[in-house]
Amino acid sequence: MENGKFGVFGGQYVPETLMTAVHEVEAAYEKYKADPQFQAELDDLMKNYAGRPSLLYYAEKMTKDLGGAKIYLKREDLNHTGSHKINNVLGQVLLAKKMGKTRVIAETGAGQHGVATATAAALMNMECEIFMGKEDTDRQALNVFRMELLGAKVHPVTSGTMTLKDAVNETMREWSRRVDDTLYVLGSVMGPHPFPMMVRDFQKVIGKEIKEQLMGLEGRLPDAVLACVGGGSNAMGAFYEFIPETSVKLIGCEAAGLGVDTEKHAATIAKGSTGIFHGMKSLFCQNKDGQITPVYSLSAGLDYPGIGPEHANLAKTGRASYVPVTDEEAVAAFEYLSRTEGIIPALESAHAVAHARKIGPDMAKDQILVINLSGRGDKDVAAIARYRGVELYE
Amino acid sequence: MNNSGYERIARAFDHGKAFIPFITGGDPSLEVTRQLLIAMEQAGADLIEIGLPFSDPIAEGEVIQEATYRALTAGCTTDKLFDLVKEARKDVKIPMVFLTYLNSVFSYGKEAFLKRCVGCGIDGLIVPDLPFEEKGELLDVCKEYGVAIISLIAPTSKERIRAIAKEAEGFIYVVSSLGVTGVRSEITTNVEEMTDMVRQVTDVPCAIGFGISRPEQAVQMAGVSDGAIVGSAIVRIIGEQGEKCVPAVAEYVKQMKDAIR
Repeated sequence: MENGKFGVFGGQYVPETLMTAVHEVEAAYEKYKADPQFQAELDDLMKNYAGRPSLLYYAEKMTKDLGGAKIYLKREDLNHTGSHKINNVLGQVLLAKKMGKTRVIAETGAGQHGVATATAAALMNMECEIFMGKEDTDRQALNVFRMELLGAKVHPVTSGTMTLKDAVNETMREWSRRVDDTLYVLGSVMGPHPFPMMVRDFQKVIGKEIKEQLMGLEGRLPDAVLACVGGGSNAMGAFYEFIPETSVKLIGCEAAGLGVDTEKHAATIAKGSTGIFHGMKSLFCQNKDGQITPVYSLSAGLDYPGIGPEHANLAKTGRASYVPVTDEEAVAAFEYLSRTEGIIPALESAHAVAHARKIGPDMAKDQILVINLSGRGDKDVAAIARYRGVELYE
Repeated sequence: MNNSGYERIARAFDHGKAFIPFITGGDPSLEVTRQLLIAMEQAGADLIEIGLPFSDPIAEGEVIQEATYRALTAGCTTDKLFDLVKEARKDVKIPMVFLTYLNSVFSYGKEAFLKRCVGCGIDGLIVPDLPFEEKGELLDVCKEYGVAIISLIAPTSKERIRAIAKEAEGFIYVVSSLGVTGVRSEITTNVEEMTDMVRQVTDVPCAIGFGISRPEQAVQMAGVSDGAIVGSAIVRIIGEQGEKCVPAVAEYVKQMKDAIR
């Protein structure tokens, strides 16, 4: 990787005001990545605070029901704060602390990354401000209160489409206003270098654990690893360890919303094209003038018009494949896993469960399919109720 | 190689301190943009920055974000703005540059975009999300068409200033303040320190922007550089007065140019 590029994707396309800050993060990360003391502190937080390693659970009932491959669930939903997001924020907030920063800022969509950042900031005594689209603060009022409970200040973003992409815009603007004491804790494998690489490194523990755990349980590698992709951090974390293991199929599940043939989707790889936005060259949903187009998914965590540059490269080189999954399929999978295994998955993760239901039955009984269950679904219960016509509000 | 873009921009700094107004293309309409270009030249503008509206302008404050939204809602597209500039070029002789985010150029096709710049009379590009390290993205094609890439330096640039200035062409856009575009009551950065560093390595003129709205601020900023850039203060007038904004904008430009002249 040269200058933060993954093939043709990646780079550092940010305003000059932020370049020094981005370089500072890059230098600090390079330094602490190799620092045993930093790694020891991070390992301790991962183990004793986040609850790692997360379980690799054999979903026996689901396996029997589908009648094909053995299904394993990587239980990132059991981490502290309920998703894989904690892996990244513990790393970045610890780095911020080492860099002498006293304040962290972050964007959030549904609120998972915001809650995780606020949590790590509380733990490590950092000032914390979260930017969240006005539409999302209305939809996820409970998460707003949760972040405030953790001591963070939440700013509703009223520019543009008032959703995740605008929250990223506003956090970048805020970072350029106040760079000296502040680190922008990006929530996914996106943005300017070094963020896609650094966030992936903090998340790659997922795939590493899958490999070790499966070696212990089955004595071999999986045949396929499935994960949902919005920006792509849980998928990158689950995939990375397996990239050199070419026998392992890597499959990312994008949000197709109402369908990729409608305008209501967030399927960046299926429908997007190469562009330069949010600090990176990658794939984006955009019109012919390069205006970023509004995207849609019932799942707020996948409701983003771009994807991390490393995924764009994995798609281009064919090392990973990406499939669209609709709202309806994801909701059905959400209900299915709840009833079959007694595990309520995040609606985002349900996209990966949905695809497993499609391909699992056609795989041989001695094959192994791992689903990265990136988060828990408590946050989605009210939305699913409404989707099914039950008037339930938090 | 066609050098017309660089030469025209250089001449903008021949008439005392340069006054450089910014407007968002297509706000509130393409026709008003055309009238504004002509009126601002007559009022004394030395060079005009035209914002090519982009859905997600991360370096802009609220005033210009809203103008972008108005322009896009009114139907402004890249091609329509090119056509408009070409039409305005019949009357406007001073240099005009686009302020454009990289994705607008990239999605249009770099070669096709630059070709149209030359065909329509755009002399340079200011690309806020194209830092020095990524300049290679546009450098060759801009050189081929003789369109200047205007470099920006910011209060955080520090030791980067020399490297950026050494390769600068057209003029150097000195960002006066941290943060995004927008009117500021005072500018606290030591801008002179920045322009001094630039002058150690290049003769390319420096113009200062971000935060300037009042004549005395422009005088102060032009005093330590070669010109002043004003965006939000003008765009705010356009936002308030809409279709009728042309005389007020012209009056404002005249007042500012007279102050720094």
